[in-house]
Amino acid sequence: MSFIPTGIDQHKSGLTAPATIRTESAKLVRAGFIPLVDAAVLIAASEFGFAAREGIQIDLVKDVSWANIRDRLAFRQFDIAHMLAPMPVAAALGLGSNPSPAIAPFMLGRGGNAITLSVELYRRMQEKAGLAGHEDALTNAKALKLVIEEMRAKGEALPVLGMTYPFSSHNYELRYWLSAGGLHPEEDVKLVVVPPPMTSDALSAGAIDGFCVGAPWNMVAVSREVGRIVAVKEDIWPSSPEKVIGARPEWAEQNPETLSRLIVALDRAAAWCDVSDNRRELAQILAEPRYLDVPFDILHRVLVGQFTTDPNGTERTVPEYFTFHRQGANFPWISQAQWIFSQMVRWGQVAYSLEAHRQVASAFRPDLYRNALGSRADIPVTDVRIEGNAEDDVFIDGATFDPEDIRGYVASFPIRNTGSGTTNQSDV
Amino acid sequence: MNAALSIMIFDENRIRAAIIEEGLREAGHTHVVVLHDIVGLARQIEIIGPDVIVIDIETPNRDMLEHLFQLTRSVRKPIAMFVDRSDSLSIEAAVEAGVSAYVVDGLRKERVKPILDMAVSRFKAFSRLQQELADAKSALEERKIIDRAKGILMKSRKLSEDEAYALLRQTAMNEKKKLADIAQSVVMAAAILGS
Repeated sequence: MSFIPTGIDQHKSGLTAPATIRTESAKLVRAGFIPLVDAAVLIAASEFGFAAREGIQIDLVKDVSWANIRDRLAFRQFDIAHMLAPMPVAAALGLGSNPSPAIAPFMLGRGGNAITLSVELYRRMQEKAGLAGHEDALTNAKALKLVIEEMRAKGEALPVLGMTYPFSSHNYELRYWLSAGGLHPEEDVKLVVVPPPMTSDALSAGAIDGFCVGAPWNMVAVSREVGRIVAVKEDIWPSSPEKVIGARPEWAEQNPETLSRLIVALDRAAAWCDVSDNRRELAQILAEPRYLDVPFDILHRVLVGQFTTDPNGTERTVPEYFTFHRQGANFPWISQAQWIFSQMVRWGQVAYSLEAHRQVASAFRPDLYRNALGSRADIPVTDVRIEGNAEDDVFIDGATFDPEDIRGYVASFPIRNTGSGTTNQSDV
Repeated sequence: MNAALSIMIFDENRIRAAIIEEGLREAGHTHVVVLHDIVGLARQIEIIGPDVIVIDIETPNRDMLEHLFQLTRSVRKPIAMFVDRSDSLSIEAAVEAGVSAYVVDGLRKERVKPILDMAVSRFKAFSRLQQELADAKSALEERKIIDRAKGILMKSRKLSEDEAYALLRQTAMNEKKKLADIAQSVVMAAAILGS
């Protein structure tokens, strides 16, 4: 593939928007996305000329549900899509109502999620556990447990918490946080699905008592004085896989050059998004009605990690709230697809089997990522690693994930939903 | 074995839902339930256990349904209609029309297809109707603005109605613009100049 070397040569200087645009007719790539900050790399690739320089025109189509994204990708209305990392994994396992295969050759960066509770529920936690307001995420989870124990004792209705999709990082991260604090996500709270743009309204209407969702919706809830942020993704597991570029396997097979060039364009766009000086411009584009349609100020604060966590003005800075490119943030680790699988097993969405274990590995495609970008210092040479093992990349409960021993890993959690666990048989 | 299928329509647009419901009843389907509000949808699905759920593709609530189907203990797991690709043309038509549907796994395709076809054609008819309404509305708006422009010209240039119209038309032709656009400019200019 002759176009690759030119791409690699220019990587070091690839931090500014490219000025030259290919003159030959561009290859059209139709891409579905959901209006969330983590679609930034895809949007930037299209808006700031990175795709054009690779001879690609990205036709961005905004959609309203992950189910639509999945179905439109499967049914050839899209070639690629902004997807939840667990979606290709679920498809590989035949889970969900339309398990059409999708492959993930590129991760759209790290970070972005947070857990927000209603101000009322948080105030009760403060009272019960003596929280001052700057406690860490685990302390907050334990405080929630104290409140829920009291609710049970008084016969009150248990909290209802929203997330975005059954196969989502939000579902698994919310469950991980709750269970790290000693709460069972299916017995101590009720989990429901709430579309991200509706989370603030649902919270203010009292339909839910909290949610785990991507940016900017947590900040929106705080700015509307209905929500209190109690944990961000980094608190639960910084490397936790978030969104991916999903492609239809036949399309990827039939258009290997286009896919490679697309990965190069996304790689450069991601590097550009990572430069802090560019985040203002990025926030401006994302704020537009055709993309997120959210005030610039909120997006900018989210992108630079300046949080107001509480309507009372409590601030928190999370400098790495979004990592779009650094530290191999776009590399699709097979061990991360396997971690997603481990959580599906943990919560009873699928039973463990060797065959399933193997199928999962086909969902993430580090080989396609490397093919497009060649060898580079920041591109890992292995596809699998022990997760949560690095000093700056720990799970909230201190566990590490060894993909060689998924059954042992799942069994090590005191709270889980597998038949042999300490709790009831799964009804997930 | 030919028991009547139970069909649920979920559409926040009441008029469109009513049009689909009517079509299904005309086609002899007696078990049709229409829901407009996401509140209570889960319970209704549990109680009714529909064989087919027709849902507007533009509602974000599809993700809620996906969650619901994951939770269900029932073996009658609904699957997205897209799963059966043997009839790709009709699926394409459905997606384009904005219809999505869930069908209980194992249900014979021949029994479901007429229902989906019906939903698709009614969805299309509905968008046509909407387009016609929008066109009619904008035609009315255009006529109003042209009338106002004529009035302004008649007053300021002391023209007859026919002459004012001819002037607008001639200007539109010279400028290669729509008559309504020229009329809009006249009205705007008059507002700015205070005539």
